[in-house]
Amino acid sequence: MKHIMTLDTRDMAQSAVDGGCGECQTSCQSACKTSCGVANQPCENKDA
Amino acid sequence: MHCKKNGAGRSAAAPVREYMIHQYKLNGYNIVLDVYSGSVHVTDDASYDLIAYLDQGMEESAACDRIFEEYRDRGVTRQDTEEILEDIRELRSMGKLFTEDRYRDKAFDLKQRSTVVKALCLLVAHTCNLSCEYCFASQGHFKGQDGLMSFETGKRALDFLVEHSGSRRNLEVDFFGGEPLVNFQVCKDLVAYARSIEKEKNKNFRFTLTTNGVGITDEVIDWANRECHNVVLSLDGRKEVNDRFRVDRAGKGSYDTIVPKFREFVRRRGGQGYYMRGTYTHFNTDFTNDLFHMADDLGFTELSMEPVVTDPASPSALTEEDLPVLFDQYELLARDMLRREKEGRPITFYHYMLDLRHGPCIYKRIAGCGSGTEYMAVTAWGDLYPCHQFVNDPEYKMGNIWDGVTRTDIREEFKLCNVYSRPECEDCWARLYCSGGCAANSYHATGDIHGTYEYGCKLFRKRIECALMMKVAQGVMTSFTEPGAAGEDTAAAEADCALLNGEDGCDGCC
Repeated sequence: MKHIMTLDTRDMAQSAVDGGCGECQTSCQSACKTSCGVANQPCENKDA
Repeated sequence: MHCKKNGAGRSAAAPVREYMIHQYKLNGYNIVLDVYSGSVHVTDDASYDLIAYLDQGMEESAACDRIFEEYRDRGVTRQDTEEILEDIRELRSMGKLFTEDRYRDKAFDLKQRSTVVKALCLLVAHTCNLSCEYCFASQGHFKGQDGLMSFETGKRALDFLVEHSGSRRNLEVDFFGGEPLVNFQVCKDLVAYARSIEKEKNKNFRFTLTTNGVGITDEVIDWANRECHNVVLSLDGRKEVNDRFRVDRAGKGSYDTIVPKFREFVRRRGGQGYYMRGTYTHFNTDFTNDLFHMADDLGFTELSMEPVVTDPASPSALTEEDLPVLFDQYELLARDMLRREKEGRPITFYHYMLDLRHGPCIYKRIAGCGSGTEYMAVTAWGDLYPCHQFVNDPEYKMGNIWDGVTRTDIREEFKLCNVYSRPECEDCWARLYCSGGCAANSYHATGDIHGTYEYGCKLFRKRIECALMMKVAQGVMTSFTEPGAAGEDTAAAEADCALLNGEDGCDGCC
């Protein structure tokens, strides 16, 4: 019997470029303009 | 419930570590978020409680004894408690549970990081053809004079962006205001100029447009659908809700004018690359009805609905008494979206768009939206501000597009404005999802960009709980791993119904 199951997630610490590559979209430009949605922005570095 | 402790499930030899987990129950799921690894676990009841006891600092053997005593009537055996403990130990060794904070030093490294600009909000019009009472920009003129950006100023802004973008290839420009379509010709000319220099400069401009819809024409639609990566279309939902605040200068509601234009806009856009962006207030705390109206009656599927941020004395301001209602609304929305997905007619809600596999890296999570550093607002006269919400605040005028950033102290302040600079965020489990929240909201709520807008925090945490629950529910249909599987996918068909079916009951998956 399984007691704990784990979603497949990206390790928070993983970054393709030390310091971040910065190519992802600025969150404020995407939808809401009033409350930052950083976690909603996908990584755009294919090496990641 | 969430806890932050040193040494979960301590034993005499265990090292002292700083970690944070968040446990909550929603829609029938027991969910455990390991904050610093980002891992999301769904558990049975006994495991959920055992993790909680360890989090409270209870020794492993004592915690197992207690679980056995509490659950023996439900068929939990000593062997079960040992298996659960082994699972927990394995997750911990894999860095997926009780993971320590490894990022604090990175947060303060950000001050040393070179600053490049990658996004500008161009306020091409300091005027508007609507007069919405709740507008943060004071009906478009930002508490200053009306005005339109000239092509020459806009062109210089684009050159400024290219010059200060370093090696960044993707550059973003949002046409904003006020109402940008009041100055449509300049928007068109600026895009044409940007396209003319892209190849030479090795840049990729991504334009976005935020509009109230009044000025939409066939020409605007064709232009935006050709040139704009994303369009944000302002609509609050039901006619009576929208027309309460979104009125023209004569006080006439805008719904009947803008809805047909938005529908045509989105239809010709292929239903992609847009968000219907609404604001909810104290007068429509049942805001899911506005979202469902936009989805079911108007056919829009890409939705964003934001809580109003206004003077607490305003009748439209959200109150503490509204919070339980709003929490219920967010939960209702999450459950409804899961149902729609099952029925093959999904909708998107911006704040539930978490990508757990390909989400932002830790540097992005720490740095936040980039306001004041990599993102700035440009006024019609070429002045620079940290973002559109600071415009015309003399304390935050950073410089201009000809001389650059002359108030480097403001830029340095924003560089260090992140989740680790806010004492109130120290114990918050959602800190790596909001990155400390919106600096402008903090400033307007507390007078300090390093403060926190606590009301917004409460709503944000609820939204993340709902978004994670949806990921768990969707995980039933895709892949989970179990401790010991070391990344090997376990088919949903093998999943344990007791863990994974939520309040919908067994759907025959196993």
